[in-house]
Amino acid sequence: MTDQITRWTAELTADPDSLAFLQLGEALRRRGHLDGALAVARRGATRYPDLAEAHDLLGRIHSDRGEGDAAFDAWTDALRLQPEMVGPLKGLGFLYFRLGDLARSARQLEAAAALAPGDPTLSVALARVREQLGAQPDGPPPDPYAEAEGWAGTTMLLDVRGRRLAGGLRRPDGVDASDAVAARLAGVSREANRATRLLDLGLWQAVYLEGRTAHFVLTEPAEDTLLVVSRGPDTPPGRMPLIADRAGVLARRWLEQVG
Amino acid sequence: MSTFLVEVLETICRTDGVRGALLVSAEDGLVVAEAAMEGLDAAPVAALAASLASRLTLATEAAGQSQPALIHLEATEGALFIATGEAGLLLVAVTEPDVNAGLVRLALLDAAGRLA
Repeated sequence: MTDQITRWTAELTADPDSLAFLQLGEALRRRGHLDGALAVARRGATRYPDLAEAHDLLGRIHSDRGEGDAAFDAWTDALRLQPEMVGPLKGLGFLYFRLGDLARSARQLEAAAALAPGDPTLSVALARVREQLGAQPDGPPPDPYAEAEGWAGTTMLLDVRGRRLAGGLRRPDGVDASDAVAARLAGVSREANRATRLLDLGLWQAVYLEGRTAHFVLTEPAEDTLLVVSRGPDTPPGRMPLIADRAGVLARRWLEQVG
Repeated sequence: MSTFLVEVLETICRTDGVRGALLVSAEDGLVVAEAAMEGLDAAPVAALAASLASRLTLATEAAGQSQPALIHLEATEGALFIATGEAGLLLVAVTEPDVNAGLVRLALLDAAGRLA
């Protein structure tokens, strides 16, 4: 292996355009030289941005480094370039599994297994994920916002017809305002769409409301749904998109589990 | 059209990335004043902004909160900002996507304060 690493290093030094970075990066990764592997893979991906294998390699290295977000981005890039690629599908399947998102994990692993039916690691992983999925209790999953720390009464998911799906909002006096707010927000997505279409603004992403007593953000985490998050007036406006993103992840996960 | 109102709107339009600004009657969505509305038809923008602001204000009131001082509709290719002023007026700005949202926010809130 050391001889090969030396050979690939020499090859890359002599010809920086060489694809030997793929083998060199992978060899360094397998030997645990993750910093070196990352540097090699990054240079390769920069030189060959349309090469799916380069992004797949980056995904594996980031995953080994425990950098889940970066691995996710790299594998997503790889699949954008080459949708039927086993490595990134498998990688994403494992990532989702680690996050506890079993439904998505199963989907990625199933797609990978269909492309590589003889891969024993895939069949074992898929069996494990399916076993855990089957072990989940019957009935709808718990409300995604009920247990989230500090989120009770401040985050609500509703459908486009103004009906509450999960979570809820409370008035400052503690009274449940969920249904009243949901009803008044029915059709707001359609209105936002109409406004952005008329103004050539593309697709609406979020509506931020900044008030004297509270801030709100509305997003559409999945088709035909609306997510409302409220926070106190001391919350910096710049944090609202981050809070909404996290709430959106929970909403999508919950919707998938509900089916 | 009042020189003062036009001056308020032109101040907003001086912020980089702002495509246009207008002053709208919140109650009926009619244009009170406008500035630099490049390629935009002010009347429907005003009507939509007023309708959106009204719906969102009803929602925040249902939640037991004050009416929003600022509404920011973020889209993939731009944004619509609405500041609620005194006397039933809305200040509306349409922007490019890469605008400095912080500056537009300050400009609108400042302008809304001047209308009080």
